[in-house]
Amino acid sequence: MLKINNLHASVEDKSILKGINLEVKAGEVHAIMGPNGSGKSTLASVIAGKEEYEVTDGNILLYGEDIEELAAEERAHKGVFLSFQYPVEIPGVSVTNFIKTAINANRKAKGLEDMPAKDMLKMIREKSELLEIDRKFLSRSLNQGFSGGEKKRNEIFQMAMLEPKLAILDETDSGLDIDALRIVANGVNKLKSKDNAVILITHYQRLLDYIKPDFVHVLYNGRIVKSGTAALAHELEEKGYDWIKEEVNA
Amino acid sequence: MSKYTEDDLREELKTKEYEYGFFTDIESETFPIGLNEDIVRAISKKKDEPQWMTDWRLEAFKVWKEMEEPDWANVNYTKPDFQAIAYYSAPVAVDPNKTLDDVDPDLLAMYKKLGISVDEQKKMNNVAMDIVVDSVSVATTFKKTLAEKGIIFMPISEAIQEHPELVRKYIGTIVPTTDNFYAALNSAVFSDGSFCYIPKGVKCPMELSTYFRINQGGTGQFERTLLVADEGSYVSYLEGCTAPSRDENQLHAAVVELIALDDAEIKYSTVQNWYPGNDKGVGGVYNFVTKRGLCEKNAKISWTQVETGSAVTWKYPSCILKGDNSVGEFYSIAVTNNYQQADTGTKMIHLGKNTKSTIISKGISAGKSQNSYRGLVHVSARAENARNFSQCDSLLMGNACGAHTFPYIEAKNKTAQIEHEATTSKIGEDQIFYCNQRGIDTEKAIALIVNGFSKDVLNKLPMEFAVEAQKLLEISLEGSVG
Ligand SMILES: Nc1ncnc2c1ncn2[C@@H]1O[C@H](COP(=O)(O)OP(=O)(O)O)[C@@H](O)[C@H]1O
Ligand SMILES: [Mg+2]
Repeated sequence: MLKINNLHASVEDKSILKGINLEVKAGEVHAIMGPNGSGKSTLASVIAGKEEYEVTDGNILLYGEDIEELAAEERAHKGVFLSFQYPVEIPGVSVTNFIKTAINANRKAKGLEDMPAKDMLKMIREKSELLEIDRKFLSRSLNQGFSGGEKKRNEIFQMAMLEPKLAILDETDSGLDIDALRIVANGVNKLKSKDNAVILITHYQRLLDYIKPDFVHVLYNGRIVKSGTAALAHELEEKGYDWIKEEVNA
Repeated sequence: MSKYTEDDLREELKTKEYEYGFFTDIESETFPIGLNEDIVRAISKKKDEPQWMTDWRLEAFKVWKEMEEPDWANVNYTKPDFQAIAYYSAPVAVDPNKTLDDVDPDLLAMYKKLGISVDEQKKMNNVAMDIVVDSVSVATTFKKTLAEKGIIFMPISEAIQEHPELVRKYIGTIVPTTDNFYAALNSAVFSDGSFCYIPKGVKCPMELSTYFRINQGGTGQFERTLLVADEGSYVSYLEGCTAPSRDENQLHAAVVELIALDDAEIKYSTVQNWYPGNDKGVGGVYNFVTKRGLCEKNAKISWTQVETGSAVTWKYPSCILKGDNSVGEFYSIAVTNNYQQADTGTKMIHLGKNTKSTIISKGISAGKSQNSYRGLVHVSARAENARNFSQCDSLLMGNACGAHTFPYIEAKNKTAQIEHEATTSKIGEDQIFYCNQRGIDTEKAIALIVNGFSKDVLNKLPMEFAVEAQKLLEISLEGSVG
């Protein structure tokens, strides 16, 4: 589904990603871990098509197609979803209005009519129940005055509504208390299928207790310096990143 | 517009250009250019006006000649040459005794293009409409329905004939001929507009609406609206404006006077979409408008405006809160793009006790435009317990535009409570990327953000108008990024 080859990316001439190789197949869950500032969010943004990052070498293939030239919304239409580490506020635009606009924009890109209000309502009801989001929340301005946990839950709600092929969750677990974490993880698990894939960016093992990764990668200084199975995450939890840094710097 | 579906909306959004920019080739009778006493007399004669009206105009003209065009507003433009404008232009097919069936087919075609075909209007629920093309009022629908309630809604030129006592009693009482340069000019040369009277205790059962359009080139439009809500009555009034795209600057200098007698309520909503000029700043309407309302005891006036058009806007819908417990409201969205300039706001004049005013102003600037809010809250010495709340928010797109806020507060009574809040924000790349990531393209993202920003004001508009207004916001800001 996703194949990243020797990806180099920089922002304002500062090189951040320095040769990423990663392959994600349908049905898989990949975890990306690594110390702060190593480039995890940058990788997510580059995949999603944020323009301020310049790809200086390598490429990203989605279903075999090089997506370099695709705008962010076109990548979204192809099923790429990013749960933001820091979701932005849009005052005056309700959660409902936003998701409705997003869904219809995606449908339009596929040549479909707007989703009938009835179906939209039904879907919103279903997905908000799944994530234990109450009705009032849906009428609030997007991310405005949301707690950290509410923001993340709202990201996953949007994911549930948009049913992406490739979901990248950037530190969706931070800021969540244990109950919220369980609800969110449960939501993600329910949406998983053999046709879609998830990339989890996280610092903590605890999310991986709920969502079992098939592969764990360590990103450090713009490179994937170690890959392994779920066991690697446990090792990181125990030992921290210093031993990896030492290995790399040796 | 009531059956306006999302699909219609989307379809229309594909149009990038000013979509009302067509010119309908209907034969017009246009006066020679220039302004002098003879022209003023000729306009009055054309309308077969009584002597008092002619005298009133001449008096206004005399005052105007001595006045200078104001230049305190934060706008820059070449002053119009008032001798190079024709002061009267009327589609010749208009017959004062017309019924809708007699309306010139070309005119009807034009209404269709405007999306306000009279036929449809008739069927459309609850909107009675008067349409002013260039200087003349062309069709008034629902006259009969309204008449049953004793409501008078007709072109002001007809009202001068049919209800001279009412017109004479109220015209110029709120905006006197001497008020300002443009108001004086309007008083001298106004050619038509709407008149509306709601009798005591009557709730007007439908929205009343006027649609203004400048069609003819080289003309100015000077319409005059006079709306009187008698004691305990209620009316909601809508006003829409368009003009064809032209390279020249056309002048629009209207006067609107509202009178809300004891316990009456007037809601006055405007969607102004005069041609704004092209992306190089060529052409566009100069919109110099004086709008003011008077509230007697317990009365309420709400001004709601969505200003997307015009090259230069100079406009301050105001409330004189004369009666005790009266309420004034001003809700405004002003969008400027390219080289547009807007200097708009309100004046809330608190004279009575326990008077209350609310001001919500949302300015959106893009391109190289300049957008100013200018507002005055005045509390007189005898206005015990006056309260005002003002909120002025500016949204900027890009770095080449400007937003300015000029709030003036004059409180002569210590019991006054005046609150003013102001914010300035910018549409961030992060907000746009967030939307893009969800599959929403940049243009739609901006529309969404702007609509969210404007929501408090859009909510104040009647339903059909809100849809129209949202659509206009989107159209006006198209091409403002990238
Ligand atoms: N837009 C940007 N401008 C400048 N530096 C950036 C930008 N985005 C990321 N960086 C830098 O790139 C590095 C990696 O950041 P990031 O991808 O956010 O790391 P992580 O998510 O792994 O914590 C950091 O040093 C950060 O400061
Ligand atoms: Mg990060």
